[in-house]
Amino acid sequence: MVSGLINANPVIYEKKQRQQRSTQSLPTDEYAVEPIDQLEIFDHIRDIKDPEHPYSLEELKVITEEAVEVDDQNSYVRVTFTPTVEHCSMATIIGLCLRVKLLRSLPSRYKVDIRVAPGSHATEAAVNKQLNDKERVAAALENPNLVEMVDECLAPSFD
Amino acid sequence: MAETNQLARHIESYVASSSIPTHQVASLDSIGLLIKTNALTLEALVIGLDMYLTSTDAVIRSRGILLLAEVLTRIHSKYLNSETIHSLVGFFKERMADWQAVRGALVGCLALIRRKSVVGMVIGSDAKAIAQSFLLHLQVQSLGQYDRKLCFELIVSLLEHHADAVASLEEDLVYGICEAIDTEKDPECLMLAFHIVEFLAHIYPDPSGLLASFAKDIFDILEPYFPIHFTHPSGGETHVQRDDLSRTLMHAFSSTPVFEPFVIPLFLEKLSSSLHSAKIDSLQYLRACSVKYGSERIAKYAKAIWSSLKDTINTYLGEPDLSFSLAPIDGIDFPKNEVVIEALSLLQELIVQNSSQLISLIIDDEDVNFIINNISSYENYNTISVQEKKKLHAIGRILYLTAKTSIPSCNAVFQSLLSRMMDNLGFSASNTDGLQNGGNFASQSVNFGFLYLCIELLAGCRELVTLSEEKHGTYCTILHSFSAVLFNAFGSVLAVSDDRCPPDLDIYIGVKGLLILAMFHLDVFPIPKSTFENILKKFMSIIIEDFDKTVLWNATLKALFHIGSFVQNFSESEKAMSYRSFVVDKIMELLSLDDIALPFSLKVEALSDIGMTGMKNMLTILQGLEGAIFANLSEVYVHKSLQSIETAVQLLECYSCKLLPWIHEHGGAEKFVVQFAVEIWSQAGNCMDFSSPFEEKGLLDAMMTAMKVSVGCCSVESQNVIIQKAYSILLSHTNFQLNDVERSPLTLGKYDISPRDEGILLLFTSVIIALRAKTHVPNIRGLLHLFIITLRGLVPVAQALGSIVNKLISKSNDTEKSGEFTLEEALDIIFNTKIQFSSTNMFRRCNGSNGNEMVLTDFCLGMANDRLLQTSAICGLSWIGKGLLLRGHEKIKDITMIFTECLVSDRKSSLPLIEGSHENTEEQKWDPLARKCAADAFHVLMSDAEVCLNRKFHATIRPLYKQRFFSSMMPIFQHLISRSDSSLSRSLLLRAFAHVISDTPLIVILNEAKKLIPILLDCLSMLTEDIQDKDILYGLLLVLSGMLTEKNGQEAVIENAHIIISGLIKLVDYPHKTLVRETAIQCLVALSELPHVRIYPLRSQVLRAIPKCLDDTKRSVRNEAVKCRQAWAAIASSRSLQL
Repeated sequence: MVSGLINANPVIYEKKQRQQRSTQSLPTDEYAVEPIDQLEIFDHIRDIKDPEHPYSLEELKVITEEAVEVDDQNSYVRVTFTPTVEHCSMATIIGLCLRVKLLRSLPSRYKVDIRVAPGSHATEAAVNKQLNDKERVAAALENPNLVEMVDECLAPSFD
Repeated sequence: MAETNQLARHIESYVASSSIPTHQVASLDSIGLLIKTNALTLEALVIGLDMYLTSTDAVIRSRGILLLAEVLTRIHSKYLNSETIHSLVGFFKERMADWQAVRGALVGCLALIRRKSVVGMVIGSDAKAIAQSFLLHLQVQSLGQYDRKLCFELIVSLLEHHADAVASLEEDLVYGICEAIDTEKDPECLMLAFHIVEFLAHIYPDPSGLLASFAKDIFDILEPYFPIHFTHPSGGETHVQRDDLSRTLMHAFSSTPVFEPFVIPLFLEKLSSSLHSAKIDSLQYLRACSVKYGSERIAKYAKAIWSSLKDTINTYLGEPDLSFSLAPIDGIDFPKNEVVIEALSLLQELIVQNSSQLISLIIDDEDVNFIINNISSYENYNTISVQEKKKLHAIGRILYLTAKTSIPSCNAVFQSLLSRMMDNLGFSASNTDGLQNGGNFASQSVNFGFLYLCIELLAGCRELVTLSEEKHGTYCTILHSFSAVLFNAFGSVLAVSDDRCPPDLDIYIGVKGLLILAMFHLDVFPIPKSTFENILKKFMSIIIEDFDKTVLWNATLKALFHIGSFVQNFSESEKAMSYRSFVVDKIMELLSLDDIALPFSLKVEALSDIGMTGMKNMLTILQGLEGAIFANLSEVYVHKSLQSIETAVQLLECYSCKLLPWIHEHGGAEKFVVQFAVEIWSQAGNCMDFSSPFEEKGLLDAMMTAMKVSVGCCSVESQNVIIQKAYSILLSHTNFQLNDVERSPLTLGKYDISPRDEGILLLFTSVIIALRAKTHVPNIRGLLHLFIITLRGLVPVAQALGSIVNKLISKSNDTEKSGEFTLEEALDIIFNTKIQFSSTNMFRRCNGSNGNEMVLTDFCLGMANDRLLQTSAICGLSWIGKGLLLRGHEKIKDITMIFTECLVSDRKSSLPLIEGSHENTEEQKWDPLARKCAADAFHVLMSDAEVCLNRKFHATIRPLYKQRFFSSMMPIFQHLISRSDSSLSRSLLLRAFAHVISDTPLIVILNEAKKLIPILLDCLSMLTEDIQDKDILYGLLLVLSGMLTEKNGQEAVIENAHIIISGLIKLVDYPHKTLVRETAIQCLVALSELPHVRIYPLRSQVLRAIPKCLDDTKRSVRNEAVKCRQAWAAIASSRSLQL
């Protein structure tokens, strides 16, 4: 493994203002359905901590609201994330965090697709393949060290 | 001898390095006490200390000297003669050379210097000697922090108490001080150091004297500290706050004008720094310095200061708040920014100090001129570029400030700038006359920029007029000559036509401008009365015609309200007259006109707003309102006009919701309120000549509310008047035979009450509900009978009964003598009078003397076998019960017994309370609906009612009544629930229990939590069955969540964790109320905090239930579910989380 930080000086961006949903102000219909939407998914993952910096993925612009695609009807989510540097070996960890968080937060009917943004990573294809391979994800989560690392990154997103 | 030994022991204990600090302090205190009580002389102490003071061992010597010094500090209030002091001074002064004993020397000198003259103080020459020795021997900066602090304290004391003596040291002193304070870093020492500089400036005040030659040096020492900035977070060990330190430094800098050549450039430079605190500090320091240094010295910097101030304001001034939400009366409202506030107050200070120079700077400033010259191009707010908009705002603020600062400055800006703007727009002072006579602005010739600056100028000027003593100046003349032009300009912005609707900002500017113009004090007379009246006319025409432009209309109404309150508050009689004739009277006129287009609801809104400007206007408005209401009421009665019903309802609502609360708050119009109430009664009486007047339910409700609130506002005397009137109407205009009612047997259903009688009766109950306890109610006995027989289906009657029993006085010796009607008599009537009833499905009882005669409580128990009668009786009894419960009467027990009897009565053996009920419980069929009604009676008992029996309607409320009721009811419920065998009575009991528990304060429930939780969970599962119970369910769930989060409840929760969790899991998918699901999941999260041993076995159960909530239809539930799942998954390692 590489010693030292992979990206020692990441650029920090401002957090986006958390807007109040307008629908919450009128709790008129008890039975109206509020579908799972882009912002809701983004709210789940925005506070995940970067594995090597004390900043959230949102602050590092690894994920943005626009990078979340969701289709509630067909139970499908695709999250495209952008590692801060091209050769970032943390990309798989970040992807794993995103997957675990969404698995824990979404109903089981959902299929989750996690991808690295095209052109943002040196071994893009390999990373994508690794992240969407059920067996390999399950195997990764058998590794106590990895799980500990993932849990640490997810901790702030549950507050 | 003993004393000497004791002394030696104390000394030894202090000097010995092995003894602990508290012992050392204790021995010091006891030596001090010995000397204070004259048990020991100072000489004896010195002799005793001899060997310690002169020892060659440095540690012992320093402790010895410190001991003497500390003792001196402790006896500061004991008289010492001059010789003693002199010799002590000599001793300590010498010791300063001894670096190992320097702390003792410093403490000793400080103690001596601080002595007051009455107890013997150090003489001048001695002080000077101390100072000399200090300067000679001490290297302050090489000492530790505490010693340095002592040094500075010594200098401060010397400068403070012996300024003359030490002043003669001149150069040595200043030089020594410079050396001492140089590179000091400790905040506490710095506070003292800055003080010392300030003192120096006081003792060498000559600006060209000694200090002048050192000014550069001292400045160099102080300069690095500016601006004060703490790198470490404040708090910690030091008690010095940044602000205190900064203020002290400011005093040091501003202490003498000799610093001026160095200080002002420094501040000007720091003003452009990017550090926020540097800016604020520079502005504050500049202001302090300009006050202290005097205008002459500042004059040469004025230009530089002005230009940097202008830039600062330009940069930091935010976007103005051009909205009507909060209408500030003065100027434009800007978001508060500290930098801007400081900058403006510095500017104001400079204008006050050096008026002519600053004003010429402002007037000749190129930015100001740029704006003024280009004013004609700023036609519309949205078309101005961002940069220029900023400039416009900044200049506006500056002009506002200039105008409000002083008369000369106000004169100057008006003279040069306003006239110039006018010229640029083509209205020179010479042709204003033409404009005044009917000349009108074409709306395109008026532009935003001009009006904006005008508002700032006028607002400043208005404030000047309000604040200053002397009021006249050239500006008055100018304003006077331009007032018509300004009026037209502002007015024309508001002109609305079909093809043009002004944007919101223009409306703001227009209304604001007119508002400010109208609010000038008349005694200065810059605005002629005719203009004021024109403004009012303009506003009124908007009110009448432009009601479809909501923004404009609301703003105008608000402006009228402001003008009205202003005119009233400052008792400007002439303006008040105009206001009354142009606004108040006009509004009144509107009310009676039907043909104008203004919607009635807006009319009413305008009416109430104008009324609230002052008592005098309010009375006028009330009179008009009264007229309108009665006119409409008689319309209703005579012509049955539906339109009038609606109108009357709106007017009555306005009266009871807006005007009455205002009157109640301001007082003084009670006479009117009484008159109004009496008048309504007369109307109600008259209307009986026509058939069924109250067919419109809404109107009756509005009248009842108005009556209730009116009576509630009144005093006892006024209430007496109203109740008398009401009673006489009830007596004379209805078919109720009140005087006979007592003698003839009570008959339910005897009267088939006509709608008219019912209306009058309900109106009468609303009077009864709002009465005070002391008010005398005529023929209360008859009324009680009347209410009982009319209970059928009329809830307000039940409330009136409750109100009566709540307020009647209880039996005592006094009441027996005075013959007043007491509570006991009332209860006797209510509970023991036999009532006849005639029901269609008459059930004949064979064992009574009279087949169809029974008391009220029997009706509750369903003996009449008529559902309507039973529910009515239960409803009546519940309100009576509430009245009794609030005052803490014990009869409530009997009433609750009746209710519980209803609840459990399918058991064979009923409660022994009600006699005669045993025999027939078996044969009776109990109506489940009526029994549910009995369960809901507990809700009436416990909840806070809006409509009656509350503080507003003068109920007698005993403190903690809910708690008492709760603790008396709980054992009964527990007992009954555990013994109930039928599912129906069990569910009814649980329902009643739920009502009681959800309205009880949580703190009482917590004590009983252990016993209550199982029952509470039963309730929860029972209530999920019926969709109509969702609100009770939610209330109960909140109680449970309260138990979970409170410390006291947790013990009980731990014991019952498993049943609570399985209960909550049933609720997480309750389909009918989102809040229930959300709260249930939150409760589960709270439960996950309990000890692991207890909850670990339940973990898989929760984790199986929660995932379906992740797919809930409501987002809030899903979010809670995510948290809940995580909380429970985290109980063990996350690896076992099912993915």
